[in-house]
Amino acid sequence: MKHESIEINSGLLIVLTLAVISIGGLVEIVPLFHIKDTVEDVGGVRPYTPLELRGRDIYVSEGCYACHSQMIRPFRDEMLRYGHYSLAAESQYDHPFQWGSKRTGPDLARVGGKYSNEWQTQHLADPQSLVPESIMPSYSWLLDTKLDYSQIEDRMVALKRTGVPYSQSQEEYDANVEKFGKAVADELHVSNAKQSLEAQAAAEDWDGKPDQITEMDALVAYLQMLGTMVDFSKYEDGHFNQFR
Amino acid sequence: MSTNAVPVATEQYNYGIVKKFAIMAMIWALLGMLAGVYIASELAWPFLNFNIAEITFGRLRPVHTTLVIFGFGGSALFATSYYIVQRTCQARLWGGKLLPELTFWGWQLAILSGVLFYMAGYTQGREYAEFIWPIDLLITVVWVAYFAIYAMTLVKRSQPHIYVANWFFMGYILAVALLHIFNNLAVPVAWNSLESYSLFSGVQDAMTQWWYGHNAVGFFLTVSFLGMMYYFVPKQAGRPIYSYRLSIVHFWALSFLYMWVGAHHLHWTALPDWVSTLAATFSILLLLPSWGGMINGIMTLSGAWEKLRTDPIILFLITALAFYGMSTFEGPMLSLKSVNALSHYTDWTVGHVHSGALGWVAMITIGSFYHMMPRLWGTTLYSTKLVFVHFWLATIGVVLYIVALWVAGIGQGLMLRAFDEYGNLAYTFIETVSFMHIPYIVRAIGGAFFLSGMLVMSYNMYKTISGARQPASTESRAAVAAAAR
Repeated sequence: MKHESIEINSGLLIVLTLAVISIGGLVEIVPLFHIKDTVEDVGGVRPYTPLELRGRDIYVSEGCYACHSQMIRPFRDEMLRYGHYSLAAESQYDHPFQWGSKRTGPDLARVGGKYSNEWQTQHLADPQSLVPESIMPSYSWLLDTKLDYSQIEDRMVALKRTGVPYSQSQEEYDANVEKFGKAVADELHVSNAKQSLEAQAAAEDWDGKPDQITEMDALVAYLQMLGTMVDFSKYEDGHFNQFR
Repeated sequence: MSTNAVPVATEQYNYGIVKKFAIMAMIWALLGMLAGVYIASELAWPFLNFNIAEITFGRLRPVHTTLVIFGFGGSALFATSYYIVQRTCQARLWGGKLLPELTFWGWQLAILSGVLFYMAGYTQGREYAEFIWPIDLLITVVWVAYFAIYAMTLVKRSQPHIYVANWFFMGYILAVALLHIFNNLAVPVAWNSLESYSLFSGVQDAMTQWWYGHNAVGFFLTVSFLGMMYYFVPKQAGRPIYSYRLSIVHFWALSFLYMWVGAHHLHWTALPDWVSTLAATFSILLLLPSWGGMINGIMTLSGAWEKLRTDPIILFLITALAFYGMSTFEGPMLSLKSVNALSHYTDWTVGHVHSGALGWVAMITIGSFYHMMPRLWGTTLYSTKLVFVHFWLATIGVVLYIVALWVAGIGQGLMLRAFDEYGNLAYTFIETVSFMHIPYIVRAIGGAFFLSGMLVMSYNMYKTISGARQPASTESRAAVAAAAR
């Protein structure tokens, strides 16, 4: 076929272009849903509790990903600075993923538990009071904004539609008990959502204001959970290399 | 097709829609670049966040990227593609009056509401695809209309051949449709909620997003602007394109290769190695057709090199091609896993994007607009001297910008991986932040240079257009002046 026949036929041009641009995506994306080792089989990773989920929503809506990654690479300096490199399994319930592409600030994939709740709250409200050279904006309004969790059930149901195992029926709940244990399964049950969120907010004094549930409570609860789900001491060194 | 009357030149083509998009492109460019200079300044002087949620860096950054990519770039593409398809097909834009107007108002509404929602905290949290789901639907409608208009105008062309610029525009329209739809699959929280959760999660979501993300660069910001290049460079140079054969290779190779390279944004992450190796391989391959295209554009000027001294529009177009060549060399280099280990997560990437976005995309658009705008209004440019001024402001701006971010990016990358004699990390993270202060100031100054060039252009365009609108009064004023003498 001469190239000229494409140049004089707009239909042919469109069809051939579509074919040519479809191949790359098909070859690289579709197998990721089918190759089993893409997401490692690892214990401990669970969906977010209602309070953590709202915290994550705030993380997304404030655009934290513009400056913070959540993806530790397998390099010596990153392991020393942040901890074990990130596994695909650790973000398997992340809709959307928040791996980020830029570190204007440090990686947050394993920030959970590294600082106290008090430190996190103070740092978010006034970063320069703790790290004078920091260029992070202040997020003090999070302390004054009451957390809106009126739609928490809708949020969990929407996530369930994408495949996150929040439970609505008894069978789904039982399956979660088996997979994550009863305490976690209770938190993942949609009809329990409000109760569980309030309980978790009250259980720890996340933002130092026990009388109300603020956006700061949710965000700090989310940050304190990051990277803490997998217990790496259970696995031999190099165990996860086989999945790379 | 039959036409009853021989149309006059201004009615033969729908220039009204081209003018509208061109003016909006200028307005979004000013606003988007202003947002860019502002957030760059926030990084240098964080007090500029003023503790106001709506203008914190995290919320303003997508405002900047959306305004410059989709507001400025998108409107410029609508304008030039509608202009080029009509002129090269010698056919009036299909879709009557209504459909092109729909693409205009729909697109402008999407941009404006999109950025206002970001400032209010509504975003999908996916880079360059932050639009919330109702706006994604609006964009889909606009894009389908755009495709229909473009395809049908090609069908009813009165030229036997489809000129090469149109292949590139068609490739970009199709690819962006594909990317936009699959990357924005999401489940809304409720039908009356503005929020949604992406359909895919984790590693699959990352791959889909960067398949989209890199092709936002590859198709929205490259293939399409090559369509611009293939029309305006030969036009302004007054010579045919250097090699027709090279443009064929350029088109098909780019269309095929670009779609494979997105995963180079995910080197060393939890994405399986086989995908990122594949992406790196195709990124290297991409160097060849990219440089083929650059050579094709620059060599079009062969035999008329003296125009570089006298014609500032040619200066813009050829410099844009030089930056295209530079960033399509830097890109494959950054996609090598060993280089990427240093560059990823640093400002080197940001600098690279801007050498493409300011050096290539903005400059080819600026050159094209200086050629096109006076023709749209049937007049000549108000001031060629101001185009020279603009050229130097823009060039100094880009150079300051990318050099500052080479220093910031490579510097930070090296500091973060440095060890002391005992094998401990040599620097804390915050020490790298302090180090970047000076480069961040220089970067903001570079951006301000580029923005001031756009202000000069806006003034020049304003005078050009307003001069064209009152030919009668200008004449009468001249007559009055003459009579008075």
